[in-house]
Amino acid sequence: MPTLNIVQAVNDALRVEMRRNPDVVVLGEDVGAFGGVFRATQGLFDEFGKDRVIDTPLAEGGIIGTAVGMALYGLKPVPEIQFADYIFPAFDQLVNEAAKYRYRSGGQYTCGMVVRSPYGGGIKGGHYHSQSPEAHFIHTPGIKVVVPSNPYDAKGLLLSALRDPDPVLFLEPKRVYRAARGEVPEGNYVEPLGKARTTRFGTQVTVLAWGAMWHEADQAAREAEEEGLDCEVLDLRSLQPLDVDAIVTSVQKTGRAVVVHEAPRTCGFGAELSALIQERCFLHLEAPVTRVTGFDTPFPYTLENEYLPRAPRILKAIREVVAY
Amino acid sequence: MRREHDVGPVHRSSRADPRSEPRPPAPQDHDAGASPSGGRWLREFPLLRVLDEEGVADPGEVLLTDDGVARLYRWMLLSRTVDERMVTLQRQGRIGFYIGAVGEEAAVVGSAAGMEDGDWVFPCYREHVVSLMRGLPLVAFLCDLFGNAGDLIKGRQMPCHEAWRPGHFTSISSPIGTQLTHAVGAAWAARLKRQEMVAITYLGEGATSSHDFHTAMNFAGVNRVPVVFVCRNNGWAISVPVERQTAAETMAQKAIAYGMRGERVDGNDLFAVYAATRRARARAAAGEGPSLLECVTYRMEGHSTSDDPRVYRPAALVEPWRRKDPLARVRRYLGRQGALTDDALDALQAAVREEVLAALREAEALDPRPPLESLFEDVYAEPLWQQREQRAELEAAVAADPRVSDPRHADS
Repeated sequence: MPTLNIVQAVNDALRVEMRRNPDVVVLGEDVGAFGGVFRATQGLFDEFGKDRVIDTPLAEGGIIGTAVGMALYGLKPVPEIQFADYIFPAFDQLVNEAAKYRYRSGGQYTCGMVVRSPYGGGIKGGHYHSQSPEAHFIHTPGIKVVVPSNPYDAKGLLLSALRDPDPVLFLEPKRVYRAARGEVPEGNYVEPLGKARTTRFGTQVTVLAWGAMWHEADQAAREAEEEGLDCEVLDLRSLQPLDVDAIVTSVQKTGRAVVVHEAPRTCGFGAELSALIQERCFLHLEAPVTRVTGFDTPFPYTLENEYLPRAPRILKAIREVVAY
Repeated sequence: MRREHDVGPVHRSSRADPRSEPRPPAPQDHDAGASPSGGRWLREFPLLRVLDEEGVADPGEVLLTDDGVARLYRWMLLSRTVDERMVTLQRQGRIGFYIGAVGEEAAVVGSAAGMEDGDWVFPCYREHVVSLMRGLPLVAFLCDLFGNAGDLIKGRQMPCHEAWRPGHFTSISSPIGTQLTHAVGAAWAARLKRQEMVAITYLGEGATSSHDFHTAMNFAGVNRVPVVFVCRNNGWAISVPVERQTAAETMAQKAIAYGMRGERVDGNDLFAVYAATRRARARAAAGEGPSLLECVTYRMEGHSTSDDPRVYRPAALVEPWRRKDPLARVRRYLGRQGALTDDALDALQAAVREEVLAALREAEALDPRPPLESLFEDVYAEPLWQQREQRAELEAAVAADPRVSDPRHADS
């Protein structure tokens, strides 16, 4: 089985599905002959041609709006937003059009597409190459939101997303785009949307994370083990649909939860997870649900290491909830 | 001073006007600043007209048979009749909102008729008659206004946001201009699928200010996508007149910057609009790319039933447009042709009126509400646990206290 990084796994998934389904088209800025600024579409232009791997003019609203029209007509467009920070010109098209099209037409029209976008910090990208906008879209009924943390899931989840009838936002953790490597099966396989993966089994505290922050959570759990603290770690993988059963089962067992995400704390997805745990695990809780997150500031440049909820801050939270 | 809305020379002959050809960029006087262009663009894009206000047309320019004209006149009459009747219904409190096309029927019907049945329509929100021309039953349209059990979109949008998949009439949304890139994407998709489909999409002159307009025009121009953009320049975006919307003299000239064809037609002239649309469609189908048609017309009523134009628009501005009424012109034409006698035209009017009233009776007899569970359907292809749980929660709440469905709010 080949060892790939996340960029290569995404590229492999696109190639597998484009060979399988002639309706799949890739569109975005620089995705054509150049192969994308992160190389995620490398080689697709040569294999599938300019009609299916389309360099668009520089306008995110146009990329998504065009993809909506393509999807209505029966294609399966895969628009790329070059950095998730640049998704906001397309916010109206995603929130008011793509997400609502099935509902507002009474199910007459559907809008299946996969919007791929690298997201997250830790690459010295400052405000506009670092943000994690997942909560905006999880808060929008009609869109699904998927965030892989490793190459195997990146390919399997992307193949699932490409066969899903609904619009999916597929956020790719660019800090670990190449750092996260692993064995990836050749050809076709799928990982279902809406299933968390328990990556470490433990009894004292549940740590919930996704994307690049899963790696920090896993590091913190390993360090905690050396201190005799027994963590269970869930990689949520799919935030909408959300595997609430896996979360509830784990927290009812451990009685403690630490939620980790890069985005600012206030109204981040951690707030929703805290509320769900409180509603469904109240009598099992031994300590308050604790969030380790980015701060309520714009994403910084020089101080990004302090901003990101990395392993030392997560470990501190683990210690505190166990000692509560 | 407010410009008269359709000033500029009128060209009676509309065929292959050389001024609508894309032209190389003229040398720019870069420090000309904001000096007015002195009517240059009105001359560059003359108002193309076939049928004058007296119902006289150059027979060589009329592309429709008398029967064809009579059929389109019937749609225009239906549009007008529905619009007038629905405003009354809104005033009576029987529907919550209405937005119509009074005065703009030629622009709407003429352009829709210029397309082929398999073409897709990406409407703005005044083209309701196009959904009917594409086969949406009148009763179903009226059910959309009531949001009742017969509404195909299950009471999920305000009135006048219908969708009709069998007729390739896509879903209306309220945000301005969002449909324009959808038309580009669908036309692009058809070309990839090697299908001869040309998309038509509608906008008002206000929408030319939106980012989606620029983006759609640019994406369409760059990729020579088969789309016809029909701009109903009706002079007003709610209370804002066109000269506060853009410093451009015409909407048609905007086509130049995107490398596409622009034409400016008398939007109250059914024949001119139809002919311009036929030309634009033929160019698109032949691989010659998109076109922008500016239909110069006038919004005779308020923006919608929620609007009172008397607050911002002197009646004297509207008055000259009454003489340009698009229905009266076609009616006079049919009379001159001897195609329909005055009696026949009156009978047609009565028949259309009865058709509307009968459909209204049928629509109003239906259950006024879609089923409760429909609230949670079609969010996703299959409901997620959130929709399933929340549906059960709502059903329990309604069972426990029926006031959950009471329209009276706690606003003391």
